[in-house]
Amino acid sequence: MGKDRKLVIVLVIVALAIVILPLFLQRGAEFGGSDDAGSVMVEEISGEEYEPWFTPVMESFLGGELPGELESLLFCVQTGIGTFVVAFFLGRFVERKKWTERSGEESVS
Amino acid sequence: MKNYTKKQKGVIFFTIVFAAVLTAADPAKAMHVMEGYLPGGHCVLWGAVCIPFLVLGFMSMKKSIAANRKSMVIIAMCGAFVFIVSSLKIPSVTGSCSHMTGTGLGAILFGPTTVSVLGLIVLIFQAILLAHGGLTTLGANCFSMAIAGPIFSYLLYMLLKKAKINRRISVFIAAALGDLFTYCVTSVQLALAYPSAEGGVMASAVKFLGIFAPTQVPLAIVEGILTVIVVIALENYAKPELKQIGFMKEV
Repeated sequence: MGKDRKLVIVLVIVALAIVILPLFLQRGAEFGGSDDAGSVMVEEISGEEYEPWFTPVMESFLGGELPGELESLLFCVQTGIGTFVVAFFLGRFVERKKWTERSGEESVS
Repeated sequence: MKNYTKKQKGVIFFTIVFAAVLTAADPAKAMHVMEGYLPGGHCVLWGAVCIPFLVLGFMSMKKSIAANRKSMVIIAMCGAFVFIVSSLKIPSVTGSCSHMTGTGLGAILFGPTTVSVLGLIVLIFQAILLAHGGLTTLGANCFSMAIAGPIFSYLLYMLLKKAKINRRISVFIAAALGDLFTYCVTSVQLALAYPSAEGGVMASAVKFLGIFAPTQVPLAIVEGILTVIVVIALENYAKPELKQIGFMKEV
């Protein structure tokens, strides 16, 4: 357990470093999405401006793109829900382990 | 712990679906083939390719739940992991953002087809609500993210397991390369639709890979790390479940 804990801490630090470093290495970069770069490449290869033949359902429904603020709202709620599910069940598992260890037997069912 | 009641199972399923809806919130314009960017024939073809995998996925999911209801908890966690991870747009060294797939974890634990179903749910809602990916390109995206990537992860993991490589290292490699493989497949799909004037499909595939790969390599490493962390947590706290789904050996 102690060994695992150290490993997890090191892994988290490495992951954070990978995520944060680009911000300093690429000062002033736009950090746009790579799908957009994909669209640009499509135009470059086919040599003409490409007109997608189908617009996203939500955009034709709203008559435009979803406002950025709403997008980030939905997006935060999504992360929150995902985290909730993982944390909730993990919490149950942690507590269960405590109890089964206390009663001195490993329960399987 | 007693078996879950019907109500609890309902709740678990509900959370999966609900979280999938919200995954649509992902504003990143990364990774998926853009709406309306594939010719109609390709859309139908990729869709058709996906169907058998999805049917298998439903069946295998049903089987693992019938064999043990509690495996649903782990399935729910795998689903939730996909939602979290695919919602995080992460800056990369190339100065653009992309996000991870999160499908490696489920593939390693349950086999690739179960993840196909989870991935499809995510993709459908992303396409409808957030204009991320698209309905016309659903088949293609489903194939790359929810089928090809997980299958690659799964096979790689099995191979490493046979070779008796340390389990955590195997999990890391399988998850990270599965993520990268998803992008390779996406590049090839785009290349098939847009072959270069000179050099054809191959030259085109290399060009698309040139955009996606540098951005994705660091993210693939992060995905590998996150997957290992989740596996470590499960190994420590959910041993009985992991044994039941055959991930860990019975002692």
